[in-house]
Formats: sequence, structure tokens, C-alpha cells
Amino acid sequence: MKHIIGRKVGMTNVFTDDGRSVPVTVIEAGPCQVVERKTSAAHGYDAFVLGFEDAKIKKLNRAMRGRFEKLNVAPKSVLREFPLGDSDVKAGDMVTVAEFAAGDRVDVTGTSKGKGFTGIMKRWNGVGGGASHGSMIHRQPASNGDTNAAKTVKGSHRPGHFGVERITTLNLEVIRADQERNLLLLKGAVPGGRRAVLYVRRSVKSKTKAKA
Amino acid sequence: MDAAQLIADAQKRKRVADFGAGDTVKVHSRVTEGNKERIQVFEGIVIERKNGGLAESFTVRRIAHGVGVERSFLIHSPRLEKIDILRRGLVRRAKLYYLQDRVGSKATRIKEKK
Repeated sequence: MKHIIGRKVGMTNVFTDDGRSVPVTVIEAGPCQVVERKTSAAHGYDAFVLGFEDAKIKKLNRAMRGRFEKLNVAPKSVLREFPLGDSDVKAGDMVTVAEFAAGDRVDVTGTSKGKGFTGIMKRWNGVGGGASHGSMIHRQPASNGDTNAAKTVKGSHRPGHFGVERITTLNLEVIRADQERNLLLLKGAVPGGRRAVLYVRRSVKSKTKAKA
Repeated sequence: MDAAQLIADAQKRKRVADFGAGDTVKVHSRVTEGNKERIQVFEGIVIERKNGGLAESFTVRRIAHGVGVERSFLIHSPRLEKIDILRRGLVRRAKLYYLQDRVGSKATRIKEKK
């Protein structure tokens, strides 16, 4: 199994055995249940749906209640479909942090914190103008491309709403997987604020091979 | 308390030596050289104690062979063996960065707390 759903708890440090202090993000991950197994025969493709955190039936609409009833599983508040890959899962399987071990590399997908309406320096890493010597251009956008084009090219860098985007942080090292408390400690930062829902998967691009 | 806080608290040392800026201390820390481990001692004046929680640290400054040397330690680091307090200093501020600009005998001059 390569995937798990969790919630961000916060950040702290961990001292390694050789005394180094490593910044870690603590994620409360799983236990997740395989709610549904999609097959190419029935659905046209192979995938599985993971459910995380029990939901109150009262809070679900009828469509969702019906879906859970049909699948015959306890209602979950977070559902997400993942590609099957080479894993062999059945509906009803439980996924815990035991799937991960210290030293593994993972990718984390989440929704970044909202930054509101921001300028180009924050949003696009623009450099801005000089701060003094009568520059008069401090944090403004300067050039925005071809002046002969007679139109603004789509996707040009302007101020605007920033954050609340889907972001994937690649190749984070697992420092510890605590099965008792369902915690995953990853080196470095992950998208979103506290309590944010995160999808963790085995790293796609990592050159460091997982220790099986 | 959330899990991150619990993880941090579990790593904290139970008793932290009571010292602050201006105090002269002897810091015993474990260093690994190759596969041998030994205790290294660093003696000097504490010029700052900063940050909080698990990340709390302090910086010790000494003049070695006429050159100012500073070393920072994480208070809760497992590599820190012990801290001896040799002298309590009487200082008026929490961060003694002004010592960094001093040369000669004034560089280490701090009144003793009576």
C-alpha cells in the first residue's frame, strides 16, 4: 500500500540518535479503511477509495448515506480515490502508518494556507524595485511582457488571490512512524495549517529506494 | 495537548541548569570523533539564551588565543552532558551582544552578582 490520509497536527523538533535536531511535521495518519475497490470490469479502471475518520450520519446528505449503506461500511468524513498501482487491496482492508518506516521517502499533498490578495513579490517571487534613492517603485510589478502583443498574455504574473491551492511537497523523509498513536513524523514542512487534511504517498521521484 | 507538543515534551530534560546571560559556565558536551566518543569542555560567558520549548538554546563566548570564539548549544540536546556554573554575572540586559564588539580586557569584564 502506498497511500494514507491524515491530518496535520503541527511542527516540532526531534533529536536523532547522533544528537542532531531535525525539524519535523507531525501528521496524525490513519487508520484508514478501504471503502471501495473499483475494478476495470465494473468501473472501467482499477482504483481503490480510502476513507478516513468516522463521520456522523447526521452530517451526511442522503446521497452519501446511500453510498455508505450500499458499500456496507461505517460512514467516513474524508474519502479519496487512489490509483491501484501494483498493490493488492480489497474493500475493508485497514491502512495504518505501519505501511511506512523511518527512512522512507514520501510525497504529501494538501491545500496551502490562504494568503488573501497578495502582490507579485509574495505571489510570484518578483524582486520589486529599489527601496530608497527616490525609486518610487517598491513592491510593484514592473514589466509584464511584450508591449507589441496588443493583448495581455494569459497567465502573466499579476497580483491577486494566493494560497488555498493544491500543493504537493515531494520527497520528504519519514523520521518516525508511531503505530501506537497513529503518527507520522516527516522531516520538513507540509502544505496547510493545523488540522488540514493531507494525502501521503510513497515518493514518486525519490532516488533513495525504500527499505522494503 | 496535541501530539506535536507531547513529542516535544518527551524529549525535554527534566531539570535544566539555572543560568542566564552574564554567567560564566563550563559546558560539557559529547563529541564523536571517528568512532570514539569523548567529553569536550567549553568555558566562557553566556551571552544569550534564546527561543523556547524544545528549541531553546544558549551561546557561550570566550576569548581563545586572542580570538573571540562563540559556540551555541541546544539546551535539550542529548549531546549536552552537563553545565557547571562558575560565576554569576550582574548584567542589565538579556542579550550581551555588545561583548562582541569589545577588545582586550573589557571583552570579558562582567561584574559578579553578590
